[in-house]
Amino acid sequence: MIRLEGVHKYYGNLHVLKGIDLTVASGEKLVIIGPSGSGKSTLIRSMNLLERPSEGKIIVDGIDITAPKAPITNVRQSVAMVFQQFNLYPHKTVLENVTLAPILVKKVPRKEAEESGMAFLERVGLKDKAFAYPSQLSGGQQQRVAIARALNMRPKIILFDEPTSALDPEMIQEVLDVMVSLANEGITMVVVTHEMGFARKVADRVIFVDGGEIIEEGPPEHFFKNPNHERTKMFLSRIMH
Amino acid sequence: MNGPFAAFKWKAALRDWVIFADGLKTTIAVSMVALAIALIIGVILGVFGTSHNKILKKINRVYVSVIQNTPLVIQVFFLYNMLPHLGIMLPVFTVGAIGVGIYHGAYIAEVVRGGIEAVPRGQMEAAISQGFTYTEAMKHIILPQAVKLMLPPLTNQAVSLIKNTSVMAMIAGGDLMYQADSWSSYNLYYGPAYVITGMLYLLLCLPLARFATKLELRTGV
Ligand SMILES: Nc1ncnc2c1ncn2[C@@H]1O[C@H](COP(=O)(O)OP(=O)(O)O)[C@@H](O)[C@H]1O
Ligand SMILES: [Mg+2]
Repeated sequence: MIRLEGVHKYYGNLHVLKGIDLTVASGEKLVIIGPSGSGKSTLIRSMNLLERPSEGKIIVDGIDITAPKAPITNVRQSVAMVFQQFNLYPHKTVLENVTLAPILVKKVPRKEAEESGMAFLERVGLKDKAFAYPSQLSGGQQQRVAIARALNMRPKIILFDEPTSALDPEMIQEVLDVMVSLANEGITMVVVTHEMGFARKVADRVIFVDGGEIIEEGPPEHFFKNPNHERTKMFLSRIMH
Repeated sequence: MNGPFAAFKWKAALRDWVIFADGLKTTIAVSMVALAIALIIGVILGVFGTSHNKILKKINRVYVSVIQNTPLVIQVFFLYNMLPHLGIMLPVFTVGAIGVGIYHGAYIAEVVRGGIEAVPRGQMEAAISQGFTYTEAMKHIILPQAVKLMLPPLTNQAVSLIKNTSVMAMIAGGDLMYQADSWSSYNLYYGPAYVITGMLYLLLCLPLARFATKLELRTGV
């Protein structure tokens, strides 16, 4: 579904991704962990070309999105993203947030987009907030709207970049619960998170990134029981105590 | 009783009110056309200024710095005297509207750029990630939010634009300032002429300025 081949990213002299090779299978749930500044965001944001790699190839759903004339806006319609800071559109109601891109980008009829939008809002438990504005919602509620917004694009892949890191502790679970329920469907998920409980529950595979490289990968149990690298052990001991 | 504000001079001014009214009408009309021109230039160049395209950015920088750092009078004189040499004959009204429009376009471009840059980066990223093109994202997501931030400074621009149309008096523009000036240089009744003119500008500008203050309070800028 997603394949990265020899991906490098430089910001000026800063070498942020150092030759990433990674394949995400259709329907796979991949969790990315790693210390702050290690390049996790750059990595996941390259999967929808929010960051263009300096070198290497990225193939999404059979299309080389790094090719010069790649139909990137088409590909992005099937690769949704959920951000740490939610990034809801503050001048639009919750329902408009969820229906705007389906109507304007995918040209779904308004009525249809609103019906499915309402269904997804119900699914994340926020149907009664459809006509509220984002500023009237808690962080956890905003992030659940962001997930509904992603779902209403009917994506094949959803990318999550630390979706619970900006939330007050008491709101983390409500967002994770929604994500777990999504994981039980066929959708491909790539999730940058430090929530190891979530990883254990849903991840097919975890990769540990440090210094712009994939240091270690395996099923979640591997990371709980016997990680190979010193760096991995140190990192895990810091986030789980 | 023959001071600058003698009663008979006021009487003469009131008797000739049509001359002032004509000027006022011209000033209002020129202001509206100039504002439209300034807004068009300002929005386009302001968006250029936020673009990642180096050439567009450069166009913005050059335009804004040249226009903001030369006097409006010179720009208007330049248009007034140069255009005929290029075979373009325009009425003074048009020269005034274009000149003032070009001038305030530069200031409005800065207001627009500032407004767009004040919208958090994540908004563009969210829109792009949903498959919007850059232009669509600007139109549906960024500009509507930026406009709210831009409204108070834009209103202030409208105020100074109205005042600056008085530059047309120097090219016989038929505006309020010109009418007052020519009326009083004919009979030398400068006192009432300038007071009345000032009051009329005040009448146009003060409500707008008040409105801007109110907007500022509401958006909490
Ligand atoms: N737009 C940018 N310009 C310059 N440096 C950047 C930019 N984005 C990220 N970086 C740098 O790249 C490195 C990796 O960042 P990031 O991918 O955000 O890491 P993570 O998500 O793992 O915390 C950091 O050192 C960060 O400062
Ligand atoms: Mg990050």
